[in-house]
Amino acid sequence: MSAYPKEYRNPLKKARGLGSAQHGVSHWWVQRVTAIALVGLGIWLVTLVLRMLHADYATARALVARPWNAVLLIAFVVTAFWHAVLGLQVVIEDYVHTRWKEATLLMAIKFIAVLATLAGVLAVLRIALGA
Amino acid sequence: MADTRRPLSPHLSVYKWQVQMVTSILHRATGIALSVGLLLVAWALIALAGGEERFKHFTAFVGSPVGIILLIGWSWSLFYHLCNGIRHLVQDGGYGYEIVQFVRSSWASIIVSLLLTAAVWAYVLTLGAAA
Ligand code: HEM
Repeated sequence: MSAYPKEYRNPLKKARGLGSAQHGVSHWWVQRVTAIALVGLGIWLVTLVLRMLHADYATARALVARPWNAVLLIAFVVTAFWHAVLGLQVVIEDYVHTRWKEATLLMAIKFIAVLATLAGVLAVLRIALGA
Repeated sequence: MADTRRPLSPHLSVYKWQVQMVTSILHRATGIALSVGLLLVAWALIALAGGEERFKHFTAFVGSPVGIILLIGWSWSLFYHLCNGIRHLVQDGGYGYEIVQFVRSSWASIIVSLLLTAAVWAYVLTLGAAA
């Protein structure tokens, strides 16, 4: 019975995990959802910054402490860093073709973005809660 | 690892200059610039929460010549990326692919972003003169 295959595993077993991880669609979609949110948040941020021109320290702080401003600032920081990480990931995947360099850069960007997001959000909370 | 023996495309040098090439690469460049700019937003918030002294360091930086040049760059980057981002989203919806529309919307992204940048800085300057 020489027709028996030497390998009893189904070829699919080997192929699994090598193909698409199915993350592509959600990456693309979240990039769009954050982009749409950032249209509004971005324009709003510009108006906030313009209102802060020539404001002294106390006035600037009071402006950020207003509930809606605090909420929108946190929304902006979280959304923008998220969108930036997704976007930079595509750029790195396009240009960096050495696997360890690519992985290191992707990780570094995520660490920096998460730390900066947390620090930014905490700062807004401290101002809003008067700490 | 990239196999560099492959023929590499696109062969950019054989293309005639077209405005869509510029809008495409500018979207990427401004996306990267804005990602760095986000760190400035985080710094502003952290400084504002950290007390008047810290905030003075921040305002001294953004008020310096280098700071102002960076702010002009970031404001244009935001407006350009925003306009062209909307263009991207419209195209994701399947619209605007006629060559005429494609070229026209490319120019619109560039021109509208420049106008918005000029408007914001005109506002800053007149307010600065008034204050
Ligand atoms: C602070 C705000 C923002 C940052 C830091 C940022 C950053 C980025 C980066 C780094 C990319 C990747 C570019 C590439 O792959 O070539 C990107 C892509 C994109 N951005 Fe933004 N962006 C911001 C705001 C916006 C806004 C307001 C919109 C408005 C619609 C937008 C729409 C898009 C779209 C549609 C893409 C995908 C483009 C593509 O598929 O090639 N972004 N962004």
